[in-house]
Amino acid sequence: MRNLDQTTQEVLDLAIQHFKVAPGTLSPSDDFFKKLGIDSLQALELLSRLENHFGIELPDYEVQGVSDFRTLAERIQSRL
Amino acid sequence: MLDLSKYQSIGAALKDALTTFANETCLIEADRDREKERLTYKEFQNRAHPLARALQDTGFSAGDRASIIMTNQSKWLISAYSIFFTGGALVPLDYKLTPSEHWQLLKHSGAKVLITEYPIWRQLAGALEGASADNVKLVLVTEAPANADLSGAQRWEEFRCVPEPVFVPRERKDIACIVYSSGTGGRPKGCMMTHENYLEQCVALTSLYPFWPGVRYLSILPTNHAIDFMVGFFGPFTCGACVVHLRTLRPEFVREAFAKYKITYVSLVPLVLKNVQKGLQARFEELPQTKRNVLNFLIGVNKAFTKSQPRLGLSRKLLGQIHANFGGELRTIIVGGAFTEPQTLQFFYDLGIPVANGYGLTEAGTAITVNDLHPFRADTVGKPLPGMEVKIVNPAEDGVGEVYVRSKTVMAGYLNDPELTAEAFSDGWLKTGDLGRFDQTGHLILSGRQKNMIVTEEGKNIYPEDIEAVFENLPVKEFCVFAANYVWPKRSMVGEQLILALHLENNQTYTEALRNDIIARNNRLLNYKRVHGVVLLDGDFPRTASLKIKRNILAERLAQLDRSSAILPL
Repeated sequence: MRNLDQTTQEVLDLAIQHFKVAPGTLSPSDDFFKKLGIDSLQALELLSRLENHFGIELPDYEVQGVSDFRTLAERIQSRL
Repeated sequence: MLDLSKYQSIGAALKDALTTFANETCLIEADRDREKERLTYKEFQNRAHPLARALQDTGFSAGDRASIIMTNQSKWLISAYSIFFTGGALVPLDYKLTPSEHWQLLKHSGAKVLITEYPIWRQLAGALEGASADNVKLVLVTEAPANADLSGAQRWEEFRCVPEPVFVPRERKDIACIVYSSGTGGRPKGCMMTHENYLEQCVALTSLYPFWPGVRYLSILPTNHAIDFMVGFFGPFTCGACVVHLRTLRPEFVREAFAKYKITYVSLVPLVLKNVQKGLQARFEELPQTKRNVLNFLIGVNKAFTKSQPRLGLSRKLLGQIHANFGGELRTIIVGGAFTEPQTLQFFYDLGIPVANGYGLTEAGTAITVNDLHPFRADTVGKPLPGMEVKIVNPAEDGVGEVYVRSKTVMAGYLNDPELTAEAFSDGWLKTGDLGRFDQTGHLILSGRQKNMIVTEEGKNIYPEDIEAVFENLPVKEFCVFAANYVWPKRSMVGEQLILALHLENNQTYTEALRNDIIARNNRLLNYKRVHGVVLLDGDFPRTASLKIKRNILAERLAQLDRSSAILPL
């Protein structure tokens, strides 16, 4: 079973791959809308990738209002 | 379609629709690639009546208010129908608001009943503000896990009574819904919409964009929004059409749904429409040059033949591959909630997919103007709908002035706020606060806003007063939030931004620590509500006797500054 730090790191790695940014440029507290310059729809696309990776389903409502990687990882962790 | 001129209320019309179209499919609900539910109008009635009866048995009666806070799904519509059947007034709230905002509006609306989903209730129950909304006597929660702590709520699925409910008639002038157009942080603006507002709006809209049994509407915009309530519930139901709900609005599932359910209509906000455009453009770019040339040629042919009006059959033949991506049955994309850029509208029209672009505000019902597509005009928001009187007040030399509206679809006023209501009207005309002009063919062209607010591409209305709470106790002498275009008027409906005006203490400077404090507070707001930059201002802010900031006078002072150099980006 992963702990929250591991989950957070995997979320960051997947975001780096998905949005094609340089490794090490994202940190857990980053606001992904600002840091990546993405809109809410692009954020939703990342969720599907995260669901596949972690083998879970995240209802849209669960991630409503979430804008940083750490909180996103917490929501995922609660469903692992 | 039912003859809505014969009806007095939403409830009466929907009641008849359920029997008139008993065997037609009214709802399909899917979650990812799984279809969860498919209901005929008769089955819908069988689900709704026990709920209506159970509501009645609690004493819920004519004029009582019930709120729904839910993502789009069949239970939203079943609950709304039950409320209307029992003579209640519906308070549809945006599920994306924070628990604190929800409680504030629940209290303001005076709702006796709240119907919500378990994940939303979990957050609401955990928020302290609930204690002050003691008007909410009954909470019904959907899809709660078996052993969940419901914190005093009841399970929606078990809230049933067998005897048939008694239909409660209402009059056209009675309040059907209280729809909040803003005011989550400041002064709530609860638009009191009458049954007549909806009945008249439905007749007007369906005269241009008709529904019939077999039509499938994909419901993506939240149903609490005026557009989806009309074209994703009341409109299709009174015509025997079918509404498709998706529980997950990820782009890939939305794309799939078009083809899987042969969607006829969909409503989108500009942000989503632009996203679809980008996706298509990217795919066009990837085509080999020869295929690209063929595509461009076919688009050219389509443009030539659809100049005066859409020709769906022809467009589907010419550009079959593109139309197949949308299920092959899509007639029109309805776009609303915010201003859409003409090039996006034209892009879709050239592909043979007309976009019904319009203009409206909650206070005036769903829509004031809509493009009738005869011919398509990407540069305008269309002509006034039947029954709408629209005039331009105090026009400048170029004809641009404030848009005023008068019609049977305009709200009765703001709930519990006669002062705000009086400010919104002038001699029976609703003052929209938007600027525009009519062209020679009667199409309305919008060109800016004179009110202190912004509308995002996601269709969200943001009022500065509503977000100021997050900056409370900021270590400065005083502050005030403005829409930048209100301070420095700009002939534009896109790219609107909020700014934070700061008056620092004597000898205080704008330090990195202060900037970081502002950024941290700003980040507590949902991303679309955040301020874009800071403007530093000398001198005390002008205030009323009750110490409220005189925003209009302060805006005039700000306007003396040069916009581009005054705004310090965050």
